[in-house]
Amino acid sequence: MSGIPHDHYEPKTGGEKWIHSRLPIVGLIYDTIMIPTPKNLNWMWIWGIVLAFCLALQIVTGIVLVMHYTPHVDMAFASVEHIMRDVNGGHFLRYLHMNGASLFFFAVYLHIFRGLYYGSYKAPREITWIIGMIIYLLMMATGFMGYVLPWGQMSFWGATVITGLFGAIPFIGESLQAWLLGGPAVANATLNRFFSLHYLLPFVIAGLVIVHIWAFHNTGNNNPTGVDVRKSSKAEAEKDTLPFWPYFVIKDFFALAVVLAVFFAIVGFMPNYLGHPDNYIEANPLATPAHIVPEWYFLPFYAILRAFTADVWVVMFANWITGGIIDAKFFGVLAMFGAIVAMALVPWLDTSKVRSGRYRPMFKWWFALLCIDFIVLMWAGAMPAEPPYSTISLIGATYWFAYFFVILPLLGVIEPAPKNMPATIEEDFDAHYGKPTEPAE
Amino acid sequence: MFKKLSISALAALTLGVGSMGTAALAAEGGGHHEDIAFSFEGPFGKYDENQLQRGLKIYTQVCSSCHGLKFVPIRTLADEGGPNMPEDEVRAYASEFMVADEASNMHLYDYDEGAARQLTENDFFPANESQNAPDLSLMAKARAAFHGPAGTGINQFFKGIGGPEHIYNILTGYTGEERVQAGVTYYENTAFDGGWIAMAPPLYGEDVEFDDGHSNSLHHEAEDVAAFLMWTAEPKLMARKHAGFVGVIFLVLLSSLLYLTNKRLWKPVKKAAKEKAQA
Repeated sequence: MSGIPHDHYEPKTGGEKWIHSRLPIVGLIYDTIMIPTPKNLNWMWIWGIVLAFCLALQIVTGIVLVMHYTPHVDMAFASVEHIMRDVNGGHFLRYLHMNGASLFFFAVYLHIFRGLYYGSYKAPREITWIIGMIIYLLMMATGFMGYVLPWGQMSFWGATVITGLFGAIPFIGESLQAWLLGGPAVANATLNRFFSLHYLLPFVIAGLVIVHIWAFHNTGNNNPTGVDVRKSSKAEAEKDTLPFWPYFVIKDFFALAVVLAVFFAIVGFMPNYLGHPDNYIEANPLATPAHIVPEWYFLPFYAILRAFTADVWVVMFANWITGGIIDAKFFGVLAMFGAIVAMALVPWLDTSKVRSGRYRPMFKWWFALLCIDFIVLMWAGAMPAEPPYSTISLIGATYWFAYFFVILPLLGVIEPAPKNMPATIEEDFDAHYGKPTEPAE
Repeated sequence: MFKKLSISALAALTLGVGSMGTAALAAEGGGHHEDIAFSFEGPFGKYDENQLQRGLKIYTQVCSSCHGLKFVPIRTLADEGGPNMPEDEVRAYASEFMVADEASNMHLYDYDEGAARQLTENDFFPANESQNAPDLSLMAKARAAFHGPAGTGINQFFKGIGGPEHIYNILTGYTGEERVQAGVTYYENTAFDGGWIAMAPPLYGEDVEFDDGHSNSLHHEAEDVAAFLMWTAEPKLMARKHAGFVGVIFLVLLSSLLYLTNKRLWKPVKKAAKEKAQA
């Protein structure tokens, strides 16, 4: 791969040369795992490996679960109970898969917010960022459809509400919704297609993950300083970097083991903590739960969806200017998807030349507020859609959009020049470990 | 809001829409809940076999006349990590079990006999929809008792989700007040969301005699049946905790070794950086 200069694979024996001249796969693997990696990466750079592990975990546990699961409205719930009671180790596999989704989203949010803070989305890594956002969207789709499969009350009503969002689209909405559901309402056809797609999409994600990794292997990793690796020669580059193997593989594995220890404690001791009790009630199309709440990882965007009610002036204005085509429901849908699109567009919304938030005195505070905003929205999303929660959601949603569309573009213009920014990664690394009483990392 | 919704749901129930309305509502849980120190709570919690067997007796003699356990195979009463009853006892139990609701258990109907056939240990507990009462198989996981503070659910971290507590509190939460609405009698219950439940008080204390002479006061009975229903909802709880514990121990060991490996690996790199910075 191009990018940072480093040693490449040289086939030595006759056999190696024979393979290499026909299929340079060993070289590809060698170059991938020996990629020069900035040596100052901190512990926020471990989530990539956690995410790769999650994808593998979900695919492996999922494939085994499918061997015992029945995608039919009359049998799905009972087949999950069969897994929980009769399949050897089935209860643990199912809890691993269920909580694996939570770990997956927990890690992806930290991964995304890491990127937002250290400016990993900025040139030349825009494509890595965009592919990441597509992966995130596919994860949301996969997670949502997976939640429908056990066919509990929240499965059924969650599916009804979320597909109903597409029904809010003017003119084509109703037909689109019926097309998605495979009928006028959530039923067996819906369950079957969700099952099919829930099985398909993880493999699409796996393909995109390869492209995601390829893209940043081409540009090189970002790092906490945002300063580029010196690339004029191999010797220069080696001052800033260390090969991925073994330095970062071992570091990442250590972090992964710690994360998994916590994960296994959750799966072993409190597997239903993150779920909703209603999903242990079999789906009943005739009884709507009092509060339909999605899984925790959708809550911030669910809060944004519900924040824009008909009495909010922007909604009234949009309604008036479009002659009633955009109503409150459709506005909410646009806001929810818009909140994710805003994230995807951040490489072009952030006007600052400084990559890392570490050296941006004003940005730091606005970013901290964004993190708090995200958590507040998550909480508000779980609350009933009534005051004061709807007002809190509205304030939270407003800040989310303001951050991306107003604050980031403005900050790049008004923020003072960065202070104490090191000239090289080497300088940063040496300064960090040169401190007299630095505890070992 | 809660009250309005649950009253409308109760109204829906009287219209014969089904029992799920109130069930789903109760899952959100209003009402007052007392925390019970069940033996199966915490990372090392275990089911108490004797308690599960007592709970089974209460279920059989009281609950089963209105509620089913359709996801629970009778044979699992013999499972270790569950009631752990001797197999012949389980077989005898199955053969004596009376099917209360034949209409919901047509797979058990014997056309030659003109009645439900005798159960075996390989059958599931029969369903029972005769009174529109919810199935109890998963009840202990389908309810939460603790939600706060401020709806964050953080206290579930310390007290547990509270499904069995909800069952206990429902069984002991009757105030004795009754009211009739649209021809249906509702009973005031401090643990039930909305405060009025369609189920008449099922336990009064001394409803069941235990062979082991254990106390059959209302509170003990309620605890025993709540524990039994936790087992029906989560029969592999002990196996799960064991697997989780082994997993955590293994991963702590692995992470310690990887920590040391990582430290050793980076030592020369960090040392060089230190020397350079101090030079």
